[in-house]
Amino acid sequence: MINECIIKVGMADLNVLVGAGSLKTTGLGSCVGLTFHDPAAHISGMAHIMLPTSSIAREGSEWNRAKYADTAIPELLDRMRKSGAVLSRIVAKMAGGAQMFAFATASESMRIGPRNVESCKALLQEYNIPLAAEDTGGNYGRTIELLGDTGVLLIRSVNQEIKEL
Amino acid sequence: MFDNLADFQMDVLKEVGNIGAGNAATALSKLLDKPVDMQVPKVNLLPFEEITDIVGGSEQVVIAIFLRVVGDAPGNMFFVIQPTSAKRLLERIAGLELDSDQDSFSEMEFSALHEIGNILAGSYLSSLADFTKLSLQPTVPSLAVDMAGAILSFGLIEYGAMGDHALLIDTKFLEGHDEVEGHFFLIPDPESFNKMFTALGVPAE
Repeated sequence: MINECIIKVGMADLNVLVGAGSLKTTGLGSCVGLTFHDPAAHISGMAHIMLPTSSIAREGSEWNRAKYADTAIPELLDRMRKSGAVLSRIVAKMAGGAQMFAFATASESMRIGPRNVESCKALLQEYNIPLAAEDTGGNYGRTIELLGDTGVLLIRSVNQEIKEL
Repeated sequence: MFDNLADFQMDVLKEVGNIGAGNAATALSKLLDKPVDMQVPKVNLLPFEEITDIVGGSEQVVIAIFLRVVGDAPGNMFFVIQPTSAKRLLERIAGLELDSDQDSFSEMEFSALHEIGNILAGSYLSSLADFTKLSLQPTVPSLAVDMAGAILSFGLIEYGAMGDHALLIDTKFLEGHDEVEGHFFLIPDPESFNKMFTALGVPAE
């Protein structure tokens, strides 16, 4: 019997999976679910990113690196490398970054979803990681699951078919 | 920053929930022409993950009316109900025929829900403004039917830069035998608490 293990990634959280199984995060709205996969080493990573940059952080000493795009990405890459992944083989996929509510006066904080997406893309370029696929934007929530053996990303939304990236 | 709120400050915030949701419950009761019960408000500093548990978990599909509070003490307000409760509410108030499909809503139903949410959130806020003498205006409310995690996380952004917890004032109301159940969440911006305390004559920190 195959023991399917699902590792849950919470909000503002990240985790690494070695081998088969899957990484899952639920209820992505304006947050971005960023996934990395090293197909040769079968090492996968997922981060549930809430904010575009840590420069706006007003936290104390023990702050959460998984929450911000610019700190979550290096942290996740670092943890994957420690598990045996090779940076040059890693491909990225991402989903989320929706704008859940539409407003006439679109202030910057209301645009948090698109800003999260932009920030992640800029950082991926900086690290030279190819973005293989994305399902971002829109005005609906997403639950995503990354399959560790294939690197396929499953995306579920309310009243929509499951998407496979 | 909220780790050391004194008991009496928590009590004041509970009273804020009481006044606001009390008036909203009265408004709902008038709309329904039936008594509506309200539970004692809960004021909690909760980890982000646990906030969605209140309404059934991150993936639970809910209907939410969201509005931003602007003025002296800005914040976010949500009125959250389950789809089954929403259908019952529509049947009772708007006299709309129940669609057999519990998960989909027509334009007409959305529009009615939007208006109901607008009335309830407006009465919550206006009584709160009267009580605190603060200037508090609602933005035009917005409606979404989606996963609770996706919706509520939007109200937590202001807290995101400060930590992994948010302080929310949660009031649950019930009509009849649990037939219509909903939650009011008021999530004042972190900077708004001291203004509320000062407005109510309670020493801030």
